[in-house]
Order: sequence, then C-alpha cells, then structure tokens
Amino acid sequence: MNDTPIRVLIAKPGLDGHDRGAKVLARGLRDEGFEVIYTGLRQTPEMVADAAEQEDVDVVGLSILSGAHMTLLPRIVELVRGRGMDDVLIAAGGIIPDADITRLKETGIAEVFGPGTSISQIARYFREHARSRA
Amino acid sequence: MTDLAALIEAARTGERRPLARLLTAIEGGDPDLRPMLPQLFAAGRGAHLVGITGPPGSGKSTLVNALIGELRRRGHRVGVLAVDPSSPYTRGAILGDRIRMMDHAADRDVFMRSMASRGELGGLAGRTWVAAAALDAAGYDPILVETVGAGQSEVEIARLAETTVVVEVPEMGDEVQAIKAGLLEVADVIAVNKGDRPGAQHAARQLRAMLSTAGGRVARKPLPILITTATNGDGVAALVDAIEAHRSIARSPAQARDRARAQVARALADLALRRASDASDWDEVLGAVAERELDPMTAAERLLGS
Repeated sequence: MNDTPIRVLIAKPGLDGHDRGAKVLARGLRDEGFEVIYTGLRQTPEMVADAAEQEDVDVVGLSILSGAHMTLLPRIVELVRGRGMDDVLIAAGGIIPDADITRLKETGIAEVFGPGTSISQIARYFREHARSRA
Repeated sequence: MTDLAALIEAARTGERRPLARLLTAIEGGDPDLRPMLPQLFAAGRGAHLVGITGPPGSGKSTLVNALIGELRRRGHRVGVLAVDPSSPYTRGAILGDRIRMMDHAADRDVFMRSMASRGELGGLAGRTWVAAAALDAAGYDPILVETVGAGQSEVEIARLAETTVVVEVPEMGDEVQAIKAGLLEVADVIAVNKGDRPGAQHAARQLRAMLSTAGGRVARKPLPILITTATNGDGVAALVDAIEAHRSIARSPAQARDRARAQVARALADLALRRASDASDWDEVLGAVAERELDPMTAAERLLGS
C-alpha cells in the first residue's frame, strides 16, 4: 500500500469572485490520481491552515486572482509552518506578476504557476516535490 | 513513520496534528498500526457514532454543517468523517464535503476529516470505524460519519454506526420507493431535507404511512421522520433531539449485539481476504477461476482452508 495517493488541498484565499480555474485544476488532478480536497471560495489564511492540518495533506495549492497575494500567501505559509507542517509543499497559481514571484519564493512558496500552465505540468511538479508518504 | 503509540498518546490530549497524522496512518492501512489497535480502542471514551447517508445531492454535507452548529450550541466537541468516492480508474478523488462545512472551519472544537473510499475490496468500512475510534480517543463526541449512500460499502459504513440518519429529499419518489429494500431499511432516523421545497410534507407523510406499518424483523418504535431545511436550520434542533434520543436505544444489549455481529463479520471478511491474498497459491487459484476450471466457492475454500 505504498502507492498511497498524494493528498492535495486546493484553496482560494481572499475575495476572488470565481473559482473556475481552481475547479478545473481539482478535476484535472483527480484524473491524475490525486486526492483533492477542495474548500471553496473566500477562505481566510486561518481556514486554509486549519484545513491543511486536519486533512494532513502533502500539498497545499493556493489559487489567487485578486492581487492580494503578497499579503495572503506569506501569511498562509507562516500559519501552516506554525502548525508544525514543515514538510508540506505549498504552491500557488493565478495572476501573479513576475516581480512578485521571486519575493513569494523567498517567503516559502515553492512554485508559482501562471496562466497557460498545463495540469500535467502541475501534477508532475507535485509528484516530484511532495513529501513521500512512506 | 513516526511512533504510532506516541501519536495515539498525543491525540488523546486533544492535539490536532498528531490526530491528523494518526488518521493518515489509518487511512493508508499502515501495518504497524495493527498491534496498536487494542490500545486505540481502549482509549475510546464511548462517543456516540452517528452515520449520515443518503443519495448524492440530498444535502448531507449541508445538513452535517447545520448539525455541527446545533451540537456546538449544546456544548459538544464534534468529530466529522466525510467519505467521498475514489475513481476506480485513476484512484483520484475530489473530496468536496468541506465546502459545505466551512462555517466551523476555525472552530478548535470541531475536527473534520475527508476520506476517499480508495476503492479497495472491503476495508473501507473497517478503516472508517478505526478512524472514528481515533476521534473518540481524542475526545470528540458525537462523531458524525457522512457517506454517499450510493453503494453497498457506503451503506455498510452507515449500518455500523450506532445511529443512522438517512437524508432524503421531497422529490424522492413515490410510496413504492419508500418500501423498497435498501437505504431506508438501515435508517434509525429519517430527515426529509430541503423542507422548504414543495412536497416536503407530502413526502414525509408518505414515508410515515409506509414505514410505520412495516412489521419487520423486530417490533420497533415508529421511525422518527423529520423535515429539515439545512440551509436555514429549520428542524435541525429536532433532528439532534431525535439522534440523541436514539443513543440509549442503540446501546440496548440487543442492538449492541447486532452491531457487534456486523463489526466482527466485517473484520472477518477483511481478514480472510487479506490472508487469502497473501497465500502462495493466490495467483494460481485466481487463474483457475478465470479459466473456469474452478468455481469461486471452491477457490475461496482452498485459499482459506488448505
């Protein structure tokens, strides 16, 4: 039973108006064999961290379009790490300018996936970088 | 894997991260967990195990969200296990029940875990109840187990609960639907949800008429059939009352024995399958059945007995 599926939390922090992209990704990752926990729109950083903790996920994927990423994403990293989840991969996707990507990576966001990224690219990245479940 | 005994100890103190890690080990069928199970079950505090099942889209998750709210008002710490199906093709799953339960996302006295059915033969029901035992040991009471009432294994999970709530909707169908064998048979309490829709009263009346006259295996009190509207909370307090009232019935010696039988039967089936699939002649016997040289019953006997 060592090939346990990778568990991914897909969350949308902040005030985005729609979650089409997040749902397409959730569905795509399901088809790639991931177990995807989707929590819906308008999540606070605390809600995301609490869900990640209770679900014991391997990956947290944050989708954000609103422009509030420099505020919300580092806060989520801080809360997740603060709950002792040091080995959880945290990645982001959405509309994020290149200049901010460098700074986000400095705060602990492992990777940022912009528009045009394919689901198989994301799946491959998660498989390669998620902690092992052994 | 970290020391499971330490995880169990830490989970008992109510710490959430060790509990989450423990649930992962249970879900994954970690073989190191097996010797710990007596300790885990002994640590249980006797939480009320409540199964919530019903057809997809009947509002189970939203109703669970409303139930959590009412149970929290009554001072309970609530554990929730939400089981969603895995794809048999890719083994992937969308676990979406949390979306409807986000009212309680930041409440430290609610622990919610999504589980994928992972599609193995059997096993799911067993794992789900070990997970419930972990929540029990961690001091959550009641524990709500939500499953899609779509297949046999999901119905079985609910059946192993002390109190099973079946969630129906006004459009459930006619009287014949109500007397078909299946989901409604396992109900201890029925909630006709989406009670603000036309036909809710009528559906509840039909259910009452058809189910109250059912003789059944044992003479039982009429089933509580309640109308709820999960989205605005109507009828939810009455539903909690009915669930709590059933707790003592569920713990009568006769019912406890029925449940024990179902639990042991489940464990036996899981054990037999595990042992048989480890047997050296497993592949050979399966091949013989595939070639129609052997019937499945004889195959099973050979795998187990000899």
